[in-house]
Amino acid sequence: MKLIYERSEAGRRASALPTYDLPAVQVPEELRRTEPPRLPEVAEPELVRHFTELSSRNFGIDTGFYPLGSCTMKYNPRVNERVVALPGFRDLHPLQEEDGIQGALELEWRLQEILAEVCGLDAVSLQPAAGSQGELTGLLLMRAYFADRGELEQRRKIVIPDTAHGTNPASVTMTGFELTGVKTDARGNIDVEDLRAKVDERTAGLMLTNPSTLGLFDEHVEEIAAIFHDAGALMYYDGANLNAVCGISRPGDMGFDIVHINLHKTFSQPHGGGGPGGGPIAVRKSLEPFLPVPAIVREGDVFRLDYDRPRSIGKVRGYTGPFGVFVRSYAFIRAYGPALKEMSEVAVLNANYLLARLKGAYELPFDRLCMHEFVLSARRLKREHGTSALDVAKRLMDYGFHPPTVYFPLIVPEALMIEPTETEAKETLDAFCEAMLAIAREAKDQPELLKEAPHARPVRRLDEVKAAKRAVVKYGFEEHPDLSIGAAEATAVEAPKGV
Amino acid sequence: MTHPYLSLTDADRDEMLAAIGVASIDELFREIPTGVRFSRALDLEPALSEQEIVEHLERLAAKNVHTGVELSFLGAGMYDHYVPAVVDAVLSRGEFLTAYTPYQPEMSQGVLQAIFEYQTAICELTGMDVSNASGYDGTTVAADACFVAKHVTGRSKVVLCEALNPQVRQVVKTYAPGFGLDVVEVPHRGGTTDPDELRVAARDAACVIFQQPNFFGCLEPAPDLAAAANDAEALAVAHVDPISLGVLEAPGRYGCALAIGEGQGAGNYLSYGGPHYGFLAARSEFIRRMPGRIVGETVDAAGERGYVLTLQTREQHIRREKATSNITTNQTLLALAGLVYLTWLGPQGLRELGETCMALGEYAKERLGLPLLFPERATFKEFAVRVGRSGRDAIREARSQGVHPGYALGRDYEGLDDALLVCVTEKRSPADIDRLAEVLGR
Amino acid sequence: MAAAESYPDDLKYHREHDWARIEGDEATLGITWYAQDSLGELVHYEPPDEGSTLSKDGPYGEVESVKAVSDLISPLSGEVLAVNRKVVDEPETVNEDPYGDGWLVRVRIGDPSEVDGLLDAESYRKLLAEQ
Repeated sequence: MKLIYERSEAGRRASALPTYDLPAVQVPEELRRTEPPRLPEVAEPELVRHFTELSSRNFGIDTGFYPLGSCTMKYNPRVNERVVALPGFRDLHPLQEEDGIQGALELEWRLQEILAEVCGLDAVSLQPAAGSQGELTGLLLMRAYFADRGELEQRRKIVIPDTAHGTNPASVTMTGFELTGVKTDARGNIDVEDLRAKVDERTAGLMLTNPSTLGLFDEHVEEIAAIFHDAGALMYYDGANLNAVCGISRPGDMGFDIVHINLHKTFSQPHGGGGPGGGPIAVRKSLEPFLPVPAIVREGDVFRLDYDRPRSIGKVRGYTGPFGVFVRSYAFIRAYGPALKEMSEVAVLNANYLLARLKGAYELPFDRLCMHEFVLSARRLKREHGTSALDVAKRLMDYGFHPPTVYFPLIVPEALMIEPTETEAKETLDAFCEAMLAIAREAKDQPELLKEAPHARPVRRLDEVKAAKRAVVKYGFEEHPDLSIGAAEATAVEAPKGV
Repeated sequence: MTHPYLSLTDADRDEMLAAIGVASIDELFREIPTGVRFSRALDLEPALSEQEIVEHLERLAAKNVHTGVELSFLGAGMYDHYVPAVVDAVLSRGEFLTAYTPYQPEMSQGVLQAIFEYQTAICELTGMDVSNASGYDGTTVAADACFVAKHVTGRSKVVLCEALNPQVRQVVKTYAPGFGLDVVEVPHRGGTTDPDELRVAARDAACVIFQQPNFFGCLEPAPDLAAAANDAEALAVAHVDPISLGVLEAPGRYGCALAIGEGQGAGNYLSYGGPHYGFLAARSEFIRRMPGRIVGETVDAAGERGYVLTLQTREQHIRREKATSNITTNQTLLALAGLVYLTWLGPQGLRELGETCMALGEYAKERLGLPLLFPERATFKEFAVRVGRSGRDAIREARSQGVHPGYALGRDYEGLDDALLVCVTEKRSPADIDRLAEVLGR
Repeated sequence: MAAAESYPDDLKYHREHDWARIEGDEATLGITWYAQDSLGELVHYEPPDEGSTLSKDGPYGEVESVKAVSDLISPLSGEVLAVNRKVVDEPETVNEDPYGDGWLVRVRIGDPSEVDGLLDAESYRKLLAEQ
């Protein structure tokens, strides 16, 4: 389809602005715009049609089943969109005086209290904009905590298992720590013996996702926490998989000192095609003094922004964080109350049901009960029929499903990481299983069907190599290249897609 | 009773448990050590029905004083520009709203093409060659820019102009110890930055970040500031207001290496500070150092045009500890709002909007008749005045009459306790400004 | 068009899948067929600066495919005399001709005794067979 710039026609516009009868003011000549930006020129009907057509070429949880592992693609309740648009929230300036933001602060304070209870920890900052920024904030808290104890120079190492999301090692580098890897054992837990050898007085902490990206609860988590705490180090919980354990097991009770929560996963902030998200962090009392400013505190019936935190790491984002995300997640949690436990139970039930139905047709690297997600391997299909996990993923599209996460975690070859979430009906789960089983049969009988998939999407398989070799990252107007020249084959790449 | 967001009946559950081969849901959790099983109910308030949720949140929202009930001249980085209905219409499409990051391009051509169009719009506004798919907000993109500059130059000093938004400076300072950066600030001189002073500070620096128009609304001598940075072989980074770029020159045309900014004013509601989008654009030579997602054009197996996430080896899921950033989630939906908004405005609308804001600003300066804090400087959309008493007192008095007169600069700048930063967007009419003059006068 | 698998006998090999062609006091360096095959089609080559110094077993640049990044490991110490600009412009040259047009840098050998420590083709093939 056309780009909006290709629909553009000089002289058209979609906006009419208010005009006031005021003298014109000139920008000093040396600062004046010399050439106007080539923004699209379309009338309003064309604008709406363009973006509606684009939306028809996109797939969301509203469109269908979206079992993208580790992304927790659950239904996003519509009432949350209604309440976030209340003018008292939507049109509120973040620098409004405190007496004019009491409702916003009360909502933030209430959400903090809820997250502290769910995590089993003492204090919460809502400020980080996403899970990865929560990680960065948590690691900065570790820096501040050890600096305060005079141990920052000594404690350089952060331990991360080989199943971790790539954000964990990237966050370690961005906060000036060094990475130490630890292996996974034959049951999919952290290899405790390997771990013991790597934790000492130079260790600052562990970053762990539990349940892990394999969808498995680490059976030695208490022992692991003791190893780190005995060494004077801290435990960081990557909350990407918190949807498995709300009301069932709390990170604080597992021994974690710092937790980030992905509000766009567990607590249903719609992800908007890549964002927004929210990455609040919850911490133990000993780390509270270092949390970002401002803190949101309650004094009697009044809520205040407290900047007087001399040991705070500072600010990690503007204002108090992505407030609209808080409104939606708060509304979502209030719809459940203590029944958040049932939410997690059903998420785990759905995942185990899919696992039970699929493990005959695909390899299961760790044969255990799973939590909210599980990882299969298409290694056998690849070996026997030459069809990869990527081919399975692309073929699923033809059956009307979004593919699972593929090629992650890195320790499972040809990985397919499947997370159904709690909101799906049994009929949907069954239809997905039928599709997966049919694809396993097709791999044997008609492998080309997989290798050339998808067949039923607005585009065929896309060439990622071509995109990387000649990076065309904006429209070039008159000079826009025609990439179809010389097109021979489309090379999609067997690399992590998801999380 | 089944929860409205859950779809399994009791019979479904029984059948599924049987298929799994366990007797109860509880048994599914048998691998969690008993020592870390949570044994009581979560101490949360009881579940609410949808109607009760709306009523409860309406009560909370009613405790806030928003721009619909108070005539507000508050800006200081977050702007009350009009958001057209087409933005709401597009963002309410579930296909956009409820999609994850477009990892599987054949499922996500809509959002991928939209991001490509957004990247084009940001490059057009800023005069740059490449834009990422958005950052968290206008503060974190500044930290991102410092990280890029550190790797490009191998230097660890970053220079921030004091007239750069205090929120932005605070965030850069928070990130600095982790990045191994030393932050140096250059004071403003009469509301803007002195290029000669900046040239000295920029020596051995990785980058210099200035804001145009700056936090005081003043127009910086931006080409001279960029030249000062370039003389020192530091990257010149401009933090710009997208709404100004119909009338102000694009940073790419006066020697900047990167252009960053807060997108909120272009198509996002105030929303008490978020979620919004930050933008980050650069000259092509820095493309492999860019943080975050970038969408590129390609073709499919039939030779048809399509879009994919590209240059992903920069990113954490492949390069892990050597990645250019840890960012994964960005602000795509808000950036989409920005694209729809800029499409709605078009080039003509953007210019008119800038001109209107400037004309209203001059009208307000004259109408208020208060001494300007920086009388020598040209301004855009915002300007600072002295109110002859504590700024916070002036705000309190004005608000008691239903007007929020602006931002108390004493919150961030020593010696400016009597100064207010007044913001006029196109939503404030001359009559509104007359009302402000009435209230602020004594 | 990808090349067929081969490990020429006239080259020296490093266990990190890099090769060296020794010509007097100079050497040409590149990556092996095995390395380019595991990476897939190359889309980027980040070369060292001409005149810079390489140290044996140290990284001197990067090659990238769409799915992976790999450090280039220098089999020898030395000074960079030339960078293969053709590979900078058309990285897929490495896939097409890893030992010919797909060379990466020419160096002046810093310590000729290091050459003896490298693998010959037979030992390298044996190493691959064990992987």
